[in-house]
Amino acid sequence: MRATLGPTQQEQETGETTLKIGTPKEVMEGEARVAMTPESALQLQKLGYDCAIEAGAGKAAGFADAAYKEAGVEVIKSAAALYKACDIVAKVRPPTETEAKRLRADQLLISFFWPAQNEAQMEQLAKKGTSVIAMDMVPRISRAQKMDALSSMANIAGYRAVIEAGNNFGRFFTGQITAAGKVPPAKVLVVGAGVAGLAAIGTSTSLGAVTYAFDVRPEVAEQVESMGAEFVYLDFEEETQDGAATGGYAAPSSPEFREAQLAKFRELAPEVDIVITTALIPNREAPELWTEDMVKSMKRGSVIVDLAAEKGGNCKLTVMDDKIVTDNGVTIIGYTDFPSRMATQSSSLYATNIRHMMTDLTPEKDGKVNHDMEDDVIRGATVAHGGEVTFPPPPPKVQAIAAQPKKEEPKELTPEEKRAQEVAAFKAQTKQQVTLLGVGALLVLSVGLIAPASFMQHFIVFILAVFVGFQVIWGVSHSLHTPLMAVTNAISSIIILGALMQIGSSSVLIAILAALSVFMAAINIFGGFLVTRRMLAMFQKS
Amino acid sequence: MDFGFTIAAYAVAAVLFILSLGGLSGQESAKRAVWYGIVGMAIAIIATLIGPGQGLWLLSLVLIAAGGAIGYQLATRVQMTQMPELVAIMHSLVGLAAVFVGFNAHIEIGRVAAAFMGEGLQFPRPEEVTAEAVAFAKTFTGFAAIVAKKTAVEVGILRVELVLGVWIGAVTFTGSVIAYGKLAGKVDSAAKKLPGGHILNAGAAGLSLILALMYLGGSGGWTLVLLTLLALFIGYHLIMGIGGADMPVVVSMLNSYSGWAAAAIGFSLGNDLLIVVGALVGSSGAILSYIMCKAMNRSFVSVILGGFGGTAGPAAEVEGEQVAIDVDGVAQALDEADSVIIVPGYGMAVAQAQQAVSELTNKLRAQGKEVRFAIHPVAGRLPGHMNVLLAEAKVPYDIVLEMDEINDDFPDTDVVIVIGSNDIVNPAAQDDPNSPIAGMPVLEVWKAKNVFVSKRGQGTGYSGIENPLFFKENTRMFYGDAKDSMSALLGKIG
Repeated sequence: MRATLGPTQQEQETGETTLKIGTPKEVMEGEARVAMTPESALQLQKLGYDCAIEAGAGKAAGFADAAYKEAGVEVIKSAAALYKACDIVAKVRPPTETEAKRLRADQLLISFFWPAQNEAQMEQLAKKGTSVIAMDMVPRISRAQKMDALSSMANIAGYRAVIEAGNNFGRFFTGQITAAGKVPPAKVLVVGAGVAGLAAIGTSTSLGAVTYAFDVRPEVAEQVESMGAEFVYLDFEEETQDGAATGGYAAPSSPEFREAQLAKFRELAPEVDIVITTALIPNREAPELWTEDMVKSMKRGSVIVDLAAEKGGNCKLTVMDDKIVTDNGVTIIGYTDFPSRMATQSSSLYATNIRHMMTDLTPEKDGKVNHDMEDDVIRGATVAHGGEVTFPPPPPKVQAIAAQPKKEEPKELTPEEKRAQEVAAFKAQTKQQVTLLGVGALLVLSVGLIAPASFMQHFIVFILAVFVGFQVIWGVSHSLHTPLMAVTNAISSIIILGALMQIGSSSVLIAILAALSVFMAAINIFGGFLVTRRMLAMFQKS
Repeated sequence: MDFGFTIAAYAVAAVLFILSLGGLSGQESAKRAVWYGIVGMAIAIIATLIGPGQGLWLLSLVLIAAGGAIGYQLATRVQMTQMPELVAIMHSLVGLAAVFVGFNAHIEIGRVAAAFMGEGLQFPRPEEVTAEAVAFAKTFTGFAAIVAKKTAVEVGILRVELVLGVWIGAVTFTGSVIAYGKLAGKVDSAAKKLPGGHILNAGAAGLSLILALMYLGGSGGWTLVLLTLLALFIGYHLIMGIGGADMPVVVSMLNSYSGWAAAAIGFSLGNDLLIVVGALVGSSGAILSYIMCKAMNRSFVSVILGGFGGTAGPAAEVEGEQVAIDVDGVAQALDEADSVIIVPGYGMAVAQAQQAVSELTNKLRAQGKEVRFAIHPVAGRLPGHMNVLLAEAKVPYDIVLEMDEINDDFPDTDVVIVIGSNDIVNPAAQDDPNSPIAGMPVLEVWKAKNVFVSKRGQGTGYSGIENPLFFKENTRMFYGDAKDSMSALLGKIG
């Protein structure tokens, strides 16, 4: 299942084969993001693509048309012209009816698509022959992290949620003791420690609030605690779920577990000042976690930010895309456009995600799309290709998170076993040593049988010296091996003694050779010792 | 002066030499120990100079002074990165001296024998020695006097020792010269062999043995000369066949040989101090070679025969991609890190980056971060080479740790910087039983949170083995010359 996206008809006529990536202005109201930035355009051009953008597309995100032009991007007046001119359309939001109509058979669309909720359009585009890569379907495996737009958007949402909460919260986050009196720190509860949750935890703790966090996956407790928040544990015994099985997302929990969870939240509700809920389950309505009675029991002035508002909200009182204040003075924020509220940041991250996706689609960097359906990441993200709907994708070959290894306790050895092992090791050592000694003794004895006594006297000295040498050298520190070599070098020049004894010979030849030896050995003695001293002087303790 | 005094002086010198080697067990005691060695050497030389049989001592002193002056120049001028070369060239001097002394012994035997013949006496000394012969033997001085007293068996043994001394000395000489050439970059460091390879070596060794037997059988001086030439060839060819990264083993092996040569000459001269010191040096070099081989998980024979052995099967495919990073990224990671481990290799020495690394260490330590160094036993071209380089750059030795000391700490480390090393941090040694370096102990850097590899380009290490470390998710490649990279990093830190 390989297909290469060819040049458009128009290009074939002109003989030009470079593909063009275009980004239209987002048509949805309030959407400020843009799928291409001047920076990402430069990178895309390095992959061999031409880039185009609709006039004014980056304005809301803070990128002027002039900046695009400077980066070598063609600015096209109208959306219709852009769709006509481009082979690849990169955008943020799923296409509207009109936009979908503009897409051609040989085009590739890269955007958020939400295929599960958008089946009709997916089928329509597939029938037409348009290829669609849904940025929200990028599998959550490590290799694909660089193009995981959901994570980069969630990160921004988590950050912005805390900022938004702070904006609506009438007090400091951090505790202070001022001349005018003591201010207690704000207490923040983050429900769901996914990407958004962790970003919220990080922001909240760095603002100085006392932060609690909850998640149904106890394995994230460590991450939560590493960010300075306190993990809220439940007194509940259940077979813990493994996030690895569901691609890193939480799965629905049992009714008993839910009860225990709600009871815990009820207990916390009167204490906390700010609640940020981020609990989402893939392709399902958001679970209700913050019930009406909890809202009622909260203090006046408290803030709830419901990041699941788009999927019905973790709190049933949440109104999507709006901010309400309850009768008891609790503000509930249900905005769904947090990333768009930080359009510059989110655009540059999203554009980078798109750029990474294009990099993977262009392994040769030749400006040609190689839509490799064997590739886990590309296959996973593609929802329509070659005239067919390719959603849902088969499960990825690589798991999102390594399944938690069953911890194998090293078998505790009983004292008897340990003892037996020690004895065995000792016996083996003894055996080895005795064998070596035996062989050595035999060798020495056999030499003794043939060699004269005068030789044996020297031989004994030699054996003992080797023995002493082995004992001493094993004790030398590894870091001093170079000085050791230098010093052994110097002392092996002891051969100078031989030369000195011979230099007085009446034979001229002997005297000359001996003199040369004395000279060379002297170089070695002085050189060796001095360089050793120099090296050792350099070793300094801190 | 009495002969007994000389022996006593030798005993003192021997003890001092042993203490001098033993003192190297710690950095502080080593500073004292080197003085023991110097004093021991001085005592030995003075005792020999004023001992029996010594003439021409004025010439000897002049020669020693001249050699000393050259040695002083060498020792003070040498760069620490050039230590391996210096050590290698010094070994060659010992080897050559051993050859000369051995030849002298041979000539002396000939002279004594001729003198005895001239007097109509038997040489070597027969079992029933005549008073005349004893009296004549007393007319000789120095080494000749010792030779003159020897019986037939003793002269035979003397010849065995002499042949051994000359042979080992000659191998050490050319071997060290080639090792020097390779280390100094004057000879191509790749493994090279003449056609015939090891058979040529084996043939030369076999021929040497035959010549040695002929020499012992009394075939005359030409056999000794030919044998020396063969040994010179073996030394040359053996070391030519060994690649640059195996030099730690080669240099320590030559170190060992120079010791054995001295010991063999000691036997032939009947000098116990030579024997003791030769044995000490020989065993020291042997142990170093053993440690180096163990650190590479290779047998001594396979290193000496050169090249890597055949692999058991295809190496595991490396998956993933090498991700590059720029200096800002590394600086940021260092900024956020609490604990840093630096793994230097030969590449650091080549790029002369140790000074920049040291400054980086100081800056990071000043910020309260824990910075340590992990040294693999075969890092560099000489045992302990990295330690000396870092010491020269004023890195305190107590943060420079050995592999066994630090390997368990990697999982708790935030940032590991690998500078110019490759095979010693290759996870394939543990994971891939088919890898040519399978089983070699390696530094487990990949267990750290972030690994930055400073490297010139994408090539493989000297062994040509792909390094899966570079493809790991927590690894980032920091391409460029090590010195430039570290200097650039310095500018970004602090």
